[in-house]
Amino acid sequence: MTNPLPRPGAPLEHYVSASPFEPAEEQGAGALSQNSQMRIMWRKFRRHRIALASGIFLLIAYLSLLVTEFLAPYTLEHRDLDFIYAPPQQVHLFHEGSFVGPFVYGQSMTLDMDALRRVYTDDTADVQKLRFFCRGESYDYFGLFTADLHLVCPAEGGRMSLLGTDRLGRDVLSRILYGARISLTIGLLGTAVAFALGITIGGIAGYRGGTFDMAVQRLNEVLQSIPSIPLWMALAAIIPVSWSPILVYLGITLILGMLDWTGQARAVRSKIFALREEDYVVAAEVMGAKPARIISRHLIPGVFSHLIASASLSIPAMILGETALTFLGLGLRPPITSWGILLTEARGIEIIVLYPWLLWPVVPVSLVVLAFNFLGDGLRDTVDPYR
Amino acid sequence: MLRYIAWRILVMVPTLVLISMLVFAIIELPPGDYFESYIQELRVLGEQADLQEIIELKARYGFDDPLPLRYFNWVTGMLHGDFGYSFDYRMPVSDVVGDRLFLTILVSVLTIAFTWIVAFPIGLYSATHQYSWGDYGLTFLGLIGIAIPQFMIAIIMMYFGNIWFGISIGHLMDLEYLGQPMSWDKAVSIAEHIWIPVIIIGTGGTAAMIRRLRANLLDELRKQYVTTARAKGLSPAKVVVKYPLRMALNFFIADIGSLLPAIISGAEITAIVLSLETTGPMLIRALQAQDMYLAGSFLMFLAFLTVVGVLISDIALALLDPRIRLDGTRRG
Repeated sequence: MTNPLPRPGAPLEHYVSASPFEPAEEQGAGALSQNSQMRIMWRKFRRHRIALASGIFLLIAYLSLLVTEFLAPYTLEHRDLDFIYAPPQQVHLFHEGSFVGPFVYGQSMTLDMDALRRVYTDDTADVQKLRFFCRGESYDYFGLFTADLHLVCPAEGGRMSLLGTDRLGRDVLSRILYGARISLTIGLLGTAVAFALGITIGGIAGYRGGTFDMAVQRLNEVLQSIPSIPLWMALAAIIPVSWSPILVYLGITLILGMLDWTGQARAVRSKIFALREEDYVVAAEVMGAKPARIISRHLIPGVFSHLIASASLSIPAMILGETALTFLGLGLRPPITSWGILLTEARGIEIIVLYPWLLWPVVPVSLVVLAFNFLGDGLRDTVDPYR
Repeated sequence: MLRYIAWRILVMVPTLVLISMLVFAIIELPPGDYFESYIQELRVLGEQADLQEIIELKARYGFDDPLPLRYFNWVTGMLHGDFGYSFDYRMPVSDVVGDRLFLTILVSVLTIAFTWIVAFPIGLYSATHQYSWGDYGLTFLGLIGIAIPQFMIAIIMMYFGNIWFGISIGHLMDLEYLGQPMSWDKAVSIAEHIWIPVIIIGTGGTAAMIRRLRANLLDELRKQYVTTARAKGLSPAKVVVKYPLRMALNFFIADIGSLLPAIISGAEITAIVLSLETTGPMLIRALQAQDMYLAGSFLMFLAFLTVVGVLISDIALALLDPRIRLDGTRRG
């Protein structure tokens, strides 16, 4: 055992390493201080398992919008007038004890003249084996090319309706998949509108203060004290009946977004109020940066993570808002297919009694709304520096 | 205290003026007016409109006046209790609405009470038993209330209410009492019908309230005074009841501000589904028919209800919570 200290009076050894000094290497690559903000956030976020799962679910849901044509067994135009209000078919694997792979039984329809309704019975002799990665109905992919490849199609000459069919013999599953395209994007676009308005108006109000800030705050108060659905109703009633479905879609998106920016603006404003006193902002001012640059380059990044978190909580509100407006007959109109439209078609009491499978669109709506709520909660905890 | 109340009421005035401007702008925005769509409708039916009457009505309500003047007339009329004329019903608005306004208030107030009664014990349980199965289960139940569109809940409840309890849901009273003055029998009939819409409207708000209450109470429970109370040997129940719960109570009152608009929104759409005798069904009809005075009065009324609700909660909060500064500068 050697004593680390030299003997008293002896010359002190002095050692200087010849290798170049690399602070990053000295501290080790995994050190927290070397991680970017994003990495730290990601690490914190990963701890919220439900939020992470929700995020992945939503990512898959949004990515699937790109390939709806491929995923849906039928196109939107498909109608099977021989199978109106057909109940969902069950997918079987075994036929009379032997394995055949996923298949459905054919259905035959009889009219029950007493109850005046169609009765479908499974025809257990008619085994219709499902095909995968198969050629089915051809579709036009975003006007780029036509194709007929589907993930799953019914057997040749057969049919399938895993979630049943509606009053025109349309496949409910396919319509839900196509409806996702409208319903999911409406939330995203609406939030984007709210986001842009909120950042701009809230940013200026927070940075400038004064009269503009006062005016914005009053407007905020006013907009927040009018209950949202009546206000949406009133604005949606303005959209002329003569507009084309796509214009109506944009109009509804704008309405949903235009009334939602107040929350964002308030968050931005209060944050920027605090941030603008920071030294780095003063430094930027001294160096002659213009307000627009200070707001966009120095202040907004400081509040951005909060904004993302709050935006992810406002998307589900818009998705629900679309269904509500459409349900009231003030929102989207056929031939557009959205979840709101699907739910509107399921509004009658007789539907619940006779054709309950038309209520299936409730499931994706609820799942997406729940997922956004979990994700938003997780994100909020992630960006909260005190947790 | 009085000064604070007076100040709060004074602040309300500009807000209401701005709201009235906004409402007026909204009802003025659609191209054309009620008469144009009315004449159009009659022409489709192959009938002739009584142009004389229309011209008279137009002149009487100053349809050709400049916009600011019409706004001014509308607002001053409302201050005198004249809400304008419903062209669709051919009656003054105040006669058309009848007791709908009262019933809207009744439904909203009962829903708030329902929300509190349900949310309070559940939120308390969730916060004190954080991460237990009960907490997860109740939170999940609440989230379902948020996630399913309210009108679907209404439709489904309508069905199950019918097969389980054998009551016909929809409407707020038995039909024979419609349009009759309030009597004991009518009140009983309303009481029999009102709880279903209250539950439906309450579900969404309750879930949100539970989550906020839980989060608030959790923050409070982490504070040092709670640890101190525990350390000196208070029983767990007493620790919660004595301090954090009081803090949470304040929050309950303060939260009306965000609860009320949600409840009124939900009440409107539920009322349309269940065809309740509140403002909802009439508002949507007025909006579709461009019956501008009727729609405007309803919008104004709903906004007014919210503003007054927030005012009441602010005053109650000031009475309850001594930390709130009463000089009217800023709420603490």
